[in-house]
Amino acid sequence: MKNISKFYGENQVLKDVQLNIKEGEIHGLLGENGAGKSTLMNVLFGMPVIHSTGGFQGEMIFDGKSYAPKTPTEAMEMGIGMVHQEFMLIPGFTITENIKLNRENTKPTLLSKVMGPSLEKLDLAKMKEDAKSSLKKLNMDIDEFLPVAGLPVGYMQFIEIAREIDKTNLKLLILDEPTAVLTESEAEQFLKVIKSLSEMGIAILFITHRLDEIKAVTDSITILRDGTFVKSTATQETSIVEMAKLMIGREVETSKSSKKDIDISNEESYFELQDLRVRMPGERVKGVNLKIRKGEILGLGGLAGQGKIGIANGIMGIYPTTGKILKDGKEMKLNDPRAMLNESIAFLSEDRKGVGLLLDDAIDFNIVVTSIEIKEDFIKKVGPLKMVDKKEIKSHGEKMIKDLDIRCTGPGQETRFLSGGNQQKVCIARALTLNPDILLVSEPTRGIDIGAKNLVLDTLVKLNEELNMTIIITSSELAELRQISHRIAIISEGKVQTILPPDASPEEFGLAMAGEDIEGRME
Amino acid sequence: MDAKKILNKIGIPRLIIGSLFLIMLILAFILEIPMDGIAKDILVRFGMNAILVLAMVPSIQSGIGINFNLPLGVIFGLIGALVSLELKLSGWTSFVVAIGVAVPLAGLAGYLYGVLLNRMKGQEMTVGNYMGYSIVSFMCIFWALAPFQNRELTWAMGGSGLRTTISMEYSMGGILDNAFRMETYPASFPKFLVKFLEIVPLGLLLTFAILATMIWVFSRTKRGTAMLVAGNSEAFAVSNGINVNKQRIIGMVLSTILAAIGIIVYSQSFGLLQLYTAPLYVALPATAAILIGGASLSKAKIIHVIIGTFLFQGLLVVAMPVINIISEGSMAEIIRIIISNGIILYALTRKEGGA
Repeated sequence: MKNISKFYGENQVLKDVQLNIKEGEIHGLLGENGAGKSTLMNVLFGMPVIHSTGGFQGEMIFDGKSYAPKTPTEAMEMGIGMVHQEFMLIPGFTITENIKLNRENTKPTLLSKVMGPSLEKLDLAKMKEDAKSSLKKLNMDIDEFLPVAGLPVGYMQFIEIAREIDKTNLKLLILDEPTAVLTESEAEQFLKVIKSLSEMGIAILFITHRLDEIKAVTDSITILRDGTFVKSTATQETSIVEMAKLMIGREVETSKSSKKDIDISNEESYFELQDLRVRMPGERVKGVNLKIRKGEILGLGGLAGQGKIGIANGIMGIYPTTGKILKDGKEMKLNDPRAMLNESIAFLSEDRKGVGLLLDDAIDFNIVVTSIEIKEDFIKKVGPLKMVDKKEIKSHGEKMIKDLDIRCTGPGQETRFLSGGNQQKVCIARALTLNPDILLVSEPTRGIDIGAKNLVLDTLVKLNEELNMTIIITSSELAELRQISHRIAIISEGKVQTILPPDASPEEFGLAMAGEDIEGRME
Repeated sequence: MDAKKILNKIGIPRLIIGSLFLIMLILAFILEIPMDGIAKDILVRFGMNAILVLAMVPSIQSGIGINFNLPLGVIFGLIGALVSLELKLSGWTSFVVAIGVAVPLAGLAGYLYGVLLNRMKGQEMTVGNYMGYSIVSFMCIFWALAPFQNRELTWAMGGSGLRTTISMEYSMGGILDNAFRMETYPASFPKFLVKFLEIVPLGLLLTFAILATMIWVFSRTKRGTAMLVAGNSEAFAVSNGINVNKQRIIGMVLSTILAAIGIIVYSQSFGLLQLYTAPLYVALPATAAILIGGASLSKAKIIHVIIGTFLFQGLLVVAMPVINIISEGSMAEIIRIIISNGIILYALTRKEGGA
């Protein structure tokens, strides 16, 4: 692949990316979330999403021929197979049926001679044999007629691969984060299988963010960062530390917001999480222990799917949570958002449109609604009735719009019609109005432009400084965590991997995010 | 504002029904149908139906959507009226007793139904529809077996089981409609006032106004605000510490109580109490009316009730004599069914709300 570029609308997500894979080699593709790995794979596999958004620029040469697949079927015909991050198996079908799906072996019947080949009878014996031999290549010994539903995830992963290698012309197999769902021993077996596949002459493109796996199994690697090509090199010539550095790359810009100094030596914890476990789909938290000081901004970083988003959602009780949460030494009630709000803990959700806003209601109402509910502000009593004070709400809304520079037609405008940045400001205005002791902020700058981004971050710093609000900010953007937090906890596989100061080196962050033990590697 | 924006603001249902209504009015004028009769009929029909339409508001606001299970409340309204008839009460006592019996029963039923709905979120409207059918069928047995003794209520032959229609002429018939009317007006009354009182069913409209105000005031209280938030976005409500299930139950209790009051008010004006399968035909016209008024499956206001009921009932009232003159048979009834079902169909195909 040469000079591949791809635009989504006006966003360039891939910029002149190169990728060279030799026959029978295992090639690693590395990059942070949003570096463009998946987009590149979609281009390679001819996924419809690429063509429905305007195609791509650049050229691809596969097996000596120019290649530009319009559909995945075309890619498959060329001998490219892909195992997706999410399983594409039919749970109710047996293993054999899944492996042979749409490529069933058939026998002609009387009916098919009249009505055409789509009515041929399935040759189950042949299918079973094929499935068995494919599974054997993967060192799998399992009844081919078991239904897929209920199998361990590890097995499902192998079945997906078996389906791909069952295709007789397979030349290149793309594996998109295949080990993310596997246990350690499964992953180990899996890597062995990959090696034996490459010995059979099948080239493998291996996408992962586990650096040690890349190091262990690949022959060469390509690193992407922010949609650009960083480096392509043979695996022996690089080290895990260097890979981590290249992946994170950019040095932090000097715009370190003027955050106040806090006494790091003060060990007293104000807010404490003990063995916090949250069952949030896709963002499971598996036992987090954290101590947070009063008046601190703590950043939670890490790759997507590792559980960083789950922590704030768990504290608020939006997803089922176990463990202990202590504030000022007092144990908090779990799984009860109201109790948390009553204890002056507020939450700005990462899902701004779904959880964070009432899209069909006015800006001013959005700003005050939590305070009405929790603190009974903006209420005037008329006899026994607690009436909502529309006038006061409106004037408060106007004040907030002015303070935070929310661009809108007035306090009565519905939040649906605001831009992402202004919607986020409305959320922050709500938190300001509530004025909690502890503010949990998730992905505050996701999908908003740079100007608004800085305003949002500055406001958070200001809240921290002026009101001594303790802030826990979760973000996928390491740069912004480094810009405003006092400490950054990197979450990996549902646990705190390590806690770093914001001025730690990119290598340290890269290694921590990849789940590596820093102490051991840096020596 | 360009034409498209104006059209959006009015909404297609309101536009269609509104223009049909106007056309019918003009036709009625041309055909020389007496206008004060039409005006009186429209106002009476409006007053009769408006409370039943109002019952849709808390249900939609709390996020349950259209309450197709309006018959549930209606049945308890009927029971309230029957108890009052059984006791041979008349006049205001009879009306007050009917309401007094119906409201707590409907409240309890609404609560239980709300609990049921909380277990099947997302399917409220389907469940409501079938729940309505079941409860009406079940009550058919009840009406036939209920131990009412008053000979006015039971079948003339056999003496047990309730009649399908029961006259309210000697109990609470017309009590609200005629609340401000007199047998003979004092000579000191100016003529236009007499005419006004004769045409406008003041008591009926006032009853609606009082209930509508109560619902409006409720929506401005803290509790009402919480209900609106829960109905608007469940995820948002949960993360702001609002108990969504509780809000939905409140909405359903209010809706069921309003349905019970609504049918008592409807019946006193109609003069007849309709039992057995009659309650089945309550939900659809009310649904059509509120949707014509501009409500959607997730947003409803009092103004939607007023506009919708007026347009829908107004159209039916005017269309009846006009079409009967122009064509033969019961065209008006057919048109009523086409309009109400067509509007519901239209509303179900679009999710977002009108103005």
